[in-house]
Amino acid sequence: MELLAYGETGWGDELFFATLMTLAVSSAAIIIGFFLAAIFASFKLSKIKTLNLIGSFYTTIFRGVPELLVIYLFFFGGSGAVMYVARIFGYDGYIEVNAFLTGAISIGIISGAYSTEVFRGAVQSIDKGQFEASEVLGIQKKIYYYKIIIPQMLRLALPNISNVWQITLKDTSLISVTGLVEIMRQSYIAAGYTRDPLFFYSFAAVLYLFLTFLSMKLFNKLEQHYNKGY
Amino acid sequence: MDLMIESLPKLLNATKLTIELTLLSLFFGIFVGIFFAILRTGKNKFFYYIAYYYSYILRGTPLLVQVFVIYFGLGQVEWIRESFLWIVLKEPYSCAILAFTLNTGAYSSEIFRSAFDTINEGILEAAKGLGLNKINTFFKIKLPIAIRQSLPAYGNEMILMLKGTSLASTVTLLDLTGVAKHIISTTFRPVEVFIVAGSIYLIMTFIIHNFIKYLEKKYSY
Amino acid sequence: MIIFKKTILTIFVSLLLTANVFADKIRIGTEGAYPPWNAKNESGKLIGFEIELANILCIYMGAECTLVEQDWDGMIPGLRLKKYDAIMAGMSITEERMKTINFSQGYASDGASLAVMKGSALEGIDTSAINLSNTDSATKKILIDLTTSLAGKTVCVQTATIHQNFLESGLVGKPTVRTYKTQDEVNLDLAAGRCDAGLADILAITDFAEKSGKPVVLTGPVYSGGPFGAGVGVGIRKDDTDLLKRFNEAIDTAREQGKISELAIKWFGFDASM
Repeated sequence: MELLAYGETGWGDELFFATLMTLAVSSAAIIIGFFLAAIFASFKLSKIKTLNLIGSFYTTIFRGVPELLVIYLFFFGGSGAVMYVARIFGYDGYIEVNAFLTGAISIGIISGAYSTEVFRGAVQSIDKGQFEASEVLGIQKKIYYYKIIIPQMLRLALPNISNVWQITLKDTSLISVTGLVEIMRQSYIAAGYTRDPLFFYSFAAVLYLFLTFLSMKLFNKLEQHYNKGY
Repeated sequence: MDLMIESLPKLLNATKLTIELTLLSLFFGIFVGIFFAILRTGKNKFFYYIAYYYSYILRGTPLLVQVFVIYFGLGQVEWIRESFLWIVLKEPYSCAILAFTLNTGAYSSEIFRSAFDTINEGILEAAKGLGLNKINTFFKIKLPIAIRQSLPAYGNEMILMLKGTSLASTVTLLDLTGVAKHIISTTFRPVEVFIVAGSIYLIMTFIIHNFIKYLEKKYSY
Repeated sequence: MIIFKKTILTIFVSLLLTANVFADKIRIGTEGAYPPWNAKNESGKLIGFEIELANILCIYMGAECTLVEQDWDGMIPGLRLKKYDAIMAGMSITEERMKTINFSQGYASDGASLAVMKGSALEGIDTSAINLSNTDSATKKILIDLTTSLAGKTVCVQTATIHQNFLESGLVGKPTVRTYKTQDEVNLDLAAGRCDAGLADILAITDFAEKSGKPVVLTGPVYSGGPFGAGVGVGIRKDDTDLLKRFNEAIDTAREQGKISELAIKWFGFDASM
């Protein structure tokens, strides 16, 4: 247990900050995912065939290719890509596309693919009557989407969003390969230094379970709140 | 462009390992899944909770942690190295399959459990009425229906397992992802390698998807 | 007119000063996971032979240095992407690496050796040194003997190292080679009995043996030359010829002042300087 002590000799404080980092990256990733999902879900729901196709490409590729491969793409390619663009503008130095951003973007893109399906499914499961009534009342598409459809969609999507959050949270463990110090990476460092991998990796499992547990409680509360009146 | 062609043979060679890992893990995983699903739907409280916590822990922690605990963690324990367990835990290949099997077993058990739970009560009553004993009911009625119910969700799980095998590259195994990473890090050309390796994974995903669709058609009633 | 000249002079001087400020910052990439060359202490601070040597070289170059940590497998890409300007990470000077980057002159070198756990079948192989740049019959014989000893065995190495290159070169047949991200992982699996042997720098092996207390012993010849390269040097980008010159001059100075030998004895226990 002294291994977990706070301060110089124990790993407690490092692991605490690593846990915060995990939460930070996961949150950033899922939000990036939501933005992407909003775009691509509307593509998939649109009447334009090309947009449908683009949406399908996105969800198929990023739900079908292993997360590690996506992470390697952005990790090894990210700096290169950003710097390629910068060189066009004359900037020749190193642009640190840091591990946090690389991680958040890679997981975010993957999370977005799952969220796209969730949003799409949720919109499609809203009673057609809602759409028809809005049209009949003469409300413009943009407005009724915002005020009528989306609030209902959020409520329907919530349980599945909780799943996406779990997936996103666990996927962040893979960013450890890029050197970002989240739970997995910190456990790796501690295990290497103390030569006690069993303790630290098991403890990492405990930390993730704790985060999972908290998340479930949070989502249950959210679902209760949004289901009021139904 | 020529990197894509150059790397193809190496990547295809590594795909063999990926396919092996996927199929073996899924195969053993089905048995683990059915086992725990039975425990969950049974009446014994003790077994129920064992199955519940097994599923909770293995689905609530990242696969990477599970692989590391089994490979690096258990590898450090002295008495394990002296025991018969070492036969499995010594080689990264079997460690990986063990970790993947346990993981897919947990997810599969949830799928099968929900399939068992949603079997129409009427059918089970009819079976009782016809005098079928518990074992016969299970193998001749419950299992076939559960399999059919599970197909869509299990197809998803198969794809997840395929992606999961990419983690074998973190414990020295040279699967498709491992070799892809090696090529990327020596040629500094991630995009081309990603396209080739990614396409191979997508083709396999496509095959699994259609295989499940085929089974769904074949076993529909 | 005078005011005009003065303004020009001021601008010129300040440009000179600022140019100096820019020119004097050098970022050095290191792994921090390869004791005693470079490692991290308990609070996560970088320590080791190369960390201290880097600081000394920078004093001689009149530059301000910052150390940048980088995982080994991204070490050369990081240099090329200008994440740092030089590599000091126990990286040996090899022809293959010279295809993509330049090296300064070597500042220290260490032989490589196989490592096994006490009681292994591979223990006790003759430990005389061989230089693989030689192609005489004595060297050839040793290699043939090694091929036999290693046949069917699993040897563990860190990925992208001269050790991996040697084992895959065909000079000792085709043993099963397992590659790991860090030397630490190699050590763990060697001690766990998953590897028949490990191949690494002698210093890295002895450091592990001392710190872990595990019965690791060296076996077989001490390797150098050939795929093992020509000592450890500073990795520099191909087009940074100016920086290369500055490092070479600094290393010369450090050697003359006996600094390299001093640090080598401190961290390695013997004078490994070149």
